[in-house]
Amino acid sequence: MSSTRKRFGALIVDDEDLARVVIRELLCAHPEIEILAECANGFEAVKAVADHKPDLIFLDVQMPKLTGFDVLELIGTDVPVIFVTAYDQYAMRAFDVHAVDYLLKPVGKERFEAALERAKSRIGEKMPAAYELAATARPPQQFLERLVVKDGTKVTLIPVAKLDYAEAQDDYVALASQGKKHLKQQTIAGLEACLDPNAFVRIHRSYIVNLERVARIEPYGKDSRLAILADGTRLPVSKAGYGRLKSLLDERK
Amino acid sequence: MHPLLTRARFGLYLLAWVPLVAILIYVLGASGNMGWAESAGLLFPLCGIYAAVCLAAWYPVKSAPLETTSVPVLLSTHLVAAALLTLLWIQLAKGLAYVLSRVPEFSKIQEHLAPQLPILFGAGFLLYLLSVSYHYVILSLEASREAEARVMETNVLAREAELKALKAQVNPHFLFNSLNSISALTSVDPGKAREMCILLADFLRMTLGLGEKNIIPLAEELNLLDRFLAIEKVRFGARLRVEEDIQEESRAILVPPLVLQPLVENAVVHGIANLTEGGCIKVSAQAQDGRLFLTVENSFDPEATSTRRNGMGLVNVRRRLEARYGSEANIQVNAAEDHFRVELSLPAETGDAPK
Repeated sequence: MSSTRKRFGALIVDDEDLARVVIRELLCAHPEIEILAECANGFEAVKAVADHKPDLIFLDVQMPKLTGFDVLELIGTDVPVIFVTAYDQYAMRAFDVHAVDYLLKPVGKERFEAALERAKSRIGEKMPAAYELAATARPPQQFLERLVVKDGTKVTLIPVAKLDYAEAQDDYVALASQGKKHLKQQTIAGLEACLDPNAFVRIHRSYIVNLERVARIEPYGKDSRLAILADGTRLPVSKAGYGRLKSLLDERK
Repeated sequence: MHPLLTRARFGLYLLAWVPLVAILIYVLGASGNMGWAESAGLLFPLCGIYAAVCLAAWYPVKSAPLETTSVPVLLSTHLVAAALLTLLWIQLAKGLAYVLSRVPEFSKIQEHLAPQLPILFGAGFLLYLLSVSYHYVILSLEASREAEARVMETNVLAREAELKALKAQVNPHFLFNSLNSISALTSVDPGKAREMCILLADFLRMTLGLGEKNIIPLAEELNLLDRFLAIEKVRFGARLRVEEDIQEESRAILVPPLVLQPLVENAVVHGIANLTEGGCIKVSAQAQDGRLFLTVENSFDPEATSTRRNGMGLVNVRRRLEARYGSEANIQVNAAEDHFRVELSLPAETGDAPK
């Protein structure tokens, strides 16, 4: 990378042209920072991160489809992020996901410089994986409405109602939705914590199932059972998992 | 202030004494040696004075309200007061009898009165107690009326405050984002920055001013809307497209202020802002058969997570329409596939907008 010349590459992500103009201008005073790309939405941002490998990202929170938090969850790298937003209610959450700083619009020069200094000192630092942080930063008592998955630079949104089941695969979970499987870098426990426990059940060490999809349960072997989904998929149900499943199904009756 | 010292109440109070005096005259005249004339001659002036004196019952009544006074205190207060006033009553009766005895027709009145004094004593006592209870009735009437008035007043104040607060809502994020746009424009396009400052100033002045008014011509609301949309167009650029279909006759119709703006703001914040490619907002106003139909329609992303899709703006407009028109106004919200539509229907009022 350009680190030999002590230059940093930055991305500016904001859905408003004029908001990007402000950041671009403030960066003019810093020739050591090169603007690699400007993105008008989260999809572009995810792609630009893969293409340009920036050292620093200025990230708006409120954007169509993918919010700044979604983007952060998807890029899952050690890039320092400075959030830029007109909303102060996300500040706490921003620091929970280890954002370098949180700038409020309208952005002033002094505040901007301070954020930039902090960011520079953090470049190259190892940070906790963003995808795990995003889960902890979720507001309490609020469950995900949709999941964001990245396949290469392609981003897919899966509304939780369309998630059939999830299967643990090493450091990933495979999300089964509408006949397709999407890999997401997350632990199954992390995913379980984000889902409404009244709609999704951990039926097995490696499986979470959407309660709506369970057609019937059949005995299988000595201590375990099988959950048969509406589309015929067969998932293993552990003893503990059966207990959880049964109590939820009983509640629904 | 004594509650009986209004003309109507004092009249009523005196009127209440008339039958009592009549009964007393009958009692004194029918028993013993006092004649009707003597009895009436003595009792009319005596009761007249005593009626005035009994107004003093107000003070012990006020100092010993029924709700908060224990029975012994209540009894002792009034019995002592009654005893004192009755003694005064007897002395008055004797004095009057003395004066009357100067008149030849009533020369024997003092002798005739003496045996009747116990009856008179009892009567004085009772009259005072009657006056006390009358005052208690007045007091509780007054208290309940006051409580009622207070409740009504607080209700009215609360509602006014609420309506005022609802009207004067300027979304702070709208302000911050607009200021950020201006800040960007100052170097890119200073002329546009100035224009934007003026738009924003106009919008704020109008919004704050409207908080004071109860009703405005639709044209004024549309003016405000133009400012708002012009500002948002600077922010969103080509992503925000607006179509207006305003029937000319509808412009003069009176509407509560800020009845459209919150809906259009919703359309921007929850509709256009969530669309990568932006979308269109349609505003229409039609007057027909004495009713005004207002519609705000926008494209929106059905997958957007925003849980506040029908945010405070809609609740706010709904409540204000209810406050003014009751069941005469009507709001319909339709969320089709990728279209959000709010329809208002309200009575078409015309005339001069009151201040």
